[in-house]
Amino acid sequence: MSRSVFGLSVALTALLGAILLAFSVGRFPVSPADLAAVLWGLFSGAEHGRPAAVATVILSVRGPRVLAAVAVGAALASAGAAYQALFRNPLVSPDILGVSTGASVGAALGILLGRDLAVIQLLAFLGGLVAVGCVVGAASLFRGHDPILLLVLAGIAVGALFGAVVSLIKVVADPYNQLPAITFWLLGSLSGTVARDLAGTAPVILAGLVPLALLSFRIDVVSLGEEEARALGVEAGRVRLIVILCATVITASAVSLSGTIGWVGLVVPHMARFLVGPGFARLLPASALLGGGFLLLVDTLARTAARIEIPLGVLTAFVGTPVFVWVLARARRSWS
Amino acid sequence: MSLAAESLAYGWPGRTIGRGLSFAIEPGEVVALLGPNGTGKTTLIRTLLGLLAPHAGRVTIEGRDLARLSRAEAARRLAYVPQAVPSPFPFTVAEVVLMGRAAHLGPFSRPGRRDRAAAEAAIARVGIAHLADRPFTAVSGGERQLTLIARALAQGGRVMVLDEPTASLDFGNQVRVLELIASLARDGAGVLFTTHDPDHAFLVADRVLLLKDGTLLAAGTPRETITEETLYALYGVGVRIVEVADGAGRRLVCLPRAAA
Repeated sequence: MSRSVFGLSVALTALLGAILLAFSVGRFPVSPADLAAVLWGLFSGAEHGRPAAVATVILSVRGPRVLAAVAVGAALASAGAAYQALFRNPLVSPDILGVSTGASVGAALGILLGRDLAVIQLLAFLGGLVAVGCVVGAASLFRGHDPILLLVLAGIAVGALFGAVVSLIKVVADPYNQLPAITFWLLGSLSGTVARDLAGTAPVILAGLVPLALLSFRIDVVSLGEEEARALGVEAGRVRLIVILCATVITASAVSLSGTIGWVGLVVPHMARFLVGPGFARLLPASALLGGGFLLLVDTLARTAARIEIPLGVLTAFVGTPVFVWVLARARRSWS
Repeated sequence: MSLAAESLAYGWPGRTIGRGLSFAIEPGEVVALLGPNGTGKTTLIRTLLGLLAPHAGRVTIEGRDLARLSRAEAARRLAYVPQAVPSPFPFTVAEVVLMGRAAHLGPFSRPGRRDRAAAEAAIARVGIAHLADRPFTAVSGGERQLTLIARALAQGGRVMVLDEPTASLDFGNQVRVLELIASLARDGAGVLFTTHDPDHAFLVADRVLLLKDGTLLAAGTPRETITEETLYALYGVGVRIVEVADGAGRRLVCLPRAAA
């Protein structure tokens, strides 16, 4: 018990520290005192007595972006933890069933058709759902085989197909406006986030997280394997469908907001498992907290490290790879 | 009658492996299932557990058709001890045993005090209380097998089915697992286990089923079932069965014939 309380406290502290840092640094530095005063003013309605520029930076510029980074990071890490348990494989990421590739097709199509951001986000979300729907449908055509293996293979096939569609859209896109926009979307960024995007996405992410949290004990049992779970009295197939649906909705919403961002969903669940162990009831909140903090740190780095914005997907790979190697070396004993 | 097969045909979807099997496992008895590799022991066990649908006939548990029970209803009556393969995630021994309570919980519930008590009692019963907080991935093969037996006990059923519980265990752990099986039956459980070692059947089984090419070659007490003839028919190797004096009584053991 004490280990999980300690682990969750560490994860929460890391997230709060990342939030404080993200609000403070940037071209316009904000002191912790300013931050506290403005936030207190926001909640209490009292006059904060700070310059208007400070309040604008905190509430309109950094606020939505901080919340978006936390939401996207938490979403990707939670979905990754769920997929790793479901596929009984610690090397699985939320992309395994093609949700990111599907979302890329949707977003690229939206950009190609010259639609506004809201439509692009909606198409990305739907593209993710369609891709995973194709994977689950293709896998269910073949009965009597190992369903997990079929899902992975169908995920590879559908992912390749949707990847080809993205390439096709890039070829026909206008190379001066649309192609850079598609490329930038594929690399992931939170630079354009406004509060309205969050209002649409965050509730969907939460709606996907709730069933995962409620099913946590069943998810533990299913992570023993299909046959053992069924012998223990758990309808493994039903749990698998619910987990896939929830994790897909969560990932698709996150990706529709940020573009494709790799590594978070693969790396963060390992850190979380290291902190609180494999039990999903603790692993899910620990992954969400650490994922939010991790992506927020990376996003803060993305907007402050250089004169230009570094794409998030590039940075998560730069930061994620060494972290992943470190986690592998440390955690090998416990899961091999 | 606890677990019974009635004119059962079994196999994979689209491929029947065996047919015409009828037998029962009664409370308090140990039944050993012997058969050569590839004869479908594991497939039969999956069918008996309701994980595969029978191709004909039926499996009953406590007189009820297994196919008509939900997974949870079946799991509360019938526990499965699979071959201990390592899990990819480092759950503790106590957590693994607690998962045996899944059939007693609603889909959204988590184990409560009663479930924890049942898991602790099962852990104590098989004598692994000192391992409770160790990762299941880090204990030895024998300890893993004992953990899975504890999980089956925590499930709370009257019948336990074990798939090669002594495979890949050292000699001491084989004897320990077999003694545990015998003592569970003395407590009133009906136990079915598969094994490749006829001596294990002599040691603990009340009855033996010999499975060959999907049908029962013989069934009955070990003494009348496991003979030099049936073992040759089963495995195609010459065996001598000798009786040895052993303090309490006389026992049979199998000796492979020396190569000429």
